[in-house]
Amino acid sequence: MHDPETLIRKGLPKGHFKDLAVRLMLGITTYCIVIIAALLFFKIIKDGVPVLFTAKAPFVDLGFLLDKNETLHVFDDAQGLRHQLPASQYSDYIKSHGEAPIYNEQTFSYSGGGIIGPIVGTALLTIGSMVLALFFGVSAAIYLSEYAKQSPFIHAVRIAILNLAGIPSIVFGLFGFSVFVLAVPVITSTPSDRSLLTLPLFIGDAVLSFQGWNSSLIAGCATLACMILPVIITASEESLRAVPQGFRDASLAMGATRWQTIRTCVLPFSMPGILTSSLLAITRVAGETAPIMFTAAVAAKDDLPWQALANPFDLLSSQVQALPYHIYTLAARIPASEYTQRAQYGSVFVFLILVATLSFGSMLLRAKLRAKLKW
Amino acid sequence: MSVSPQPPAIQVRDMHFHYGPTCALKALTLDVAERQVTAFIGPSGCGKSTLLRCFNRMNDEIPGARVTQGSIHIGGIDIQDRSVDVVKLRREVGMVFQKSNPFPRSIFDNVAFGLQLHRMASRSILVQAVEEALVSAALWDEVKDRLHESALGLSGGQQQRLCIARSLAVKPRIILMDEPCSALDPIATAKVEDLIRTLRQQYTIIIVTHSMQQAARVSDHTAFFYLGELIEFSGTLKLFSNPAHKLTEDYLRGTFG
Ligand SMILES: Nc1ncnc2c1ncn2[C@@H]1O[C@H](COP(=O)(O)OP(=O)(O)OP(=O)(O)O)[C@@H](O)[C@H]1O
Ligand SMILES: [Mg+2]
Repeated sequence: MHDPETLIRKGLPKGHFKDLAVRLMLGITTYCIVIIAALLFFKIIKDGVPVLFTAKAPFVDLGFLLDKNETLHVFDDAQGLRHQLPASQYSDYIKSHGEAPIYNEQTFSYSGGGIIGPIVGTALLTIGSMVLALFFGVSAAIYLSEYAKQSPFIHAVRIAILNLAGIPSIVFGLFGFSVFVLAVPVITSTPSDRSLLTLPLFIGDAVLSFQGWNSSLIAGCATLACMILPVIITASEESLRAVPQGFRDASLAMGATRWQTIRTCVLPFSMPGILTSSLLAITRVAGETAPIMFTAAVAAKDDLPWQALANPFDLLSSQVQALPYHIYTLAARIPASEYTQRAQYGSVFVFLILVATLSFGSMLLRAKLRAKLKW
Repeated sequence: MSVSPQPPAIQVRDMHFHYGPTCALKALTLDVAERQVTAFIGPSGCGKSTLLRCFNRMNDEIPGARVTQGSIHIGGIDIQDRSVDVVKLRREVGMVFQKSNPFPRSIFDNVAFGLQLHRMASRSILVQAVEEALVSAALWDEVKDRLHESALGLSGGQQQRLCIARSLAVKPRIILMDEPCSALDPIATAKVEDLIRTLRQQYTIIIVTHSMQQAARVSDHTAFFYLGELIEFSGTLKLFSNPAHKLTEDYLRGTFG
């Protein structure tokens, strides 16, 4: 038996100062990060709140959210009064004021009106790419974890998919451009000049032309889907594996086929996990600029995506505006001035709210489902 | 113990089984009697579960696992044959697992699972079929007021009887039970054993167990396996009171190895 006295320390314990120093350093590092994040949010919120919120009911500047994007005209009238009008109201003003002279006219592209176009475009891109990514991703995950024999080849496939997740989004953008915009086959009776290859289909005068989908909603969705496929596949495989083997055994032993087993005893219990993980991927899809820059996005568009279409399917082949690309355009293409701040700060703020809501929602959902799904 | 007049429910003839290169069962020959309880005993890893899974071809799910020689006949049909419909076979030969595995759904849905899977019952008689299965599994009285609550709310013993009810619902002829009581307390075990004795009148039952007492209590015949071989197979009374082999005797006495 040791002498219990040795347990009682005399003076400061050994290594006390080193421990204290390490603790201090780690603490400082952590709080630096917190401060940077806080500053970032503070700046965006401080700039954005005055744009989006108003003192009068309904307290939100609905015009900014629901109006189309327009060029902003700034000018002084004969009385020296300064006017800021979006293009549509500007032409009304000119018409109603006849020959009255205006002075110091300046125009600012994209800075007037609202951002309904980019909001709607981002929503369409997000929904479209998630539908594609979920369909292909979950299918691949089911194949990999439920059907494929666990051979070295399948292992290599899995590692390749994991590595895809690390590829920068601009590379996906270029890939999407060269494949979906320029090369994928379409069925048409009037192949374009730059078609890489046309194959006859022997149905009327239709041919299979490898000419791509042009810059379009569908090309953008496909590119974004490729970008998040690795995330979806990996998350889905994890959720599938989390379903106890016992469920599969029970179902198979009852005489269910593989597919029946997956459909009734595996997918329903892994779907919540798949969906919550995918919600995290949504924020990435909604936020990326690079993949859609060459494949789907336009800086300006007069109509909302579904307006002025010859037939509903043209929606897929039309270009769209998108929030991240809009922010990029506002920041990079027009010189900043006091008149461009509304559009710039407002768009960033709306974007932040959107992304924060999505990720917060997915966190809540995940926590809720985790608690519910226990076996 | 009277010899049953019927032909055996399962006939195994000189059967060899391999997991990849390793041999798990060697030259097995045995008959499982119709509407009787047969117990499989033996030390861990001797191949009891493997043999059980041969009877409903659950080994098909394991890559590299296969019968390499010999035959298994159930109801006179060679179940290894390519032309055998595994789905129908597994409906005939139900299985209850060591770890009770109810689906995380309602009690009702669990029992109805197989019936709906095989479209065996229209909506109207589904309710009745579920009740019948629960009654046969001696669970009806305990759950009749909470049929639509989650099966995971049941106790371990109730869950295991629910799994038995789930198998019974599709009206199999043979029920394979792989250590069905290993996770249960003595009271729940007694209930499952009572159940097995009742089911004996209608079903052919094979039970794998590590409890000698359990084998003695519920079975008519007992097979003792050792290292993939069938060492001794006879009436339970005879095997326990007067084993023919030294290995069996040592195993029963617990002075093994
Ligand atoms: N999936 C498998 N792949 C390879 N070998 C296996 C597999 N399952 C079982 N084995 C081997 O086959 C032999 C028999 O296993 P089995 O599970 O049938 O034994 P058991 O008698 O049921 O044992 P226990 O009483 O512990 O359940 C063991 O040596 C085991 O290692
Ligand atoms: Mg076993």
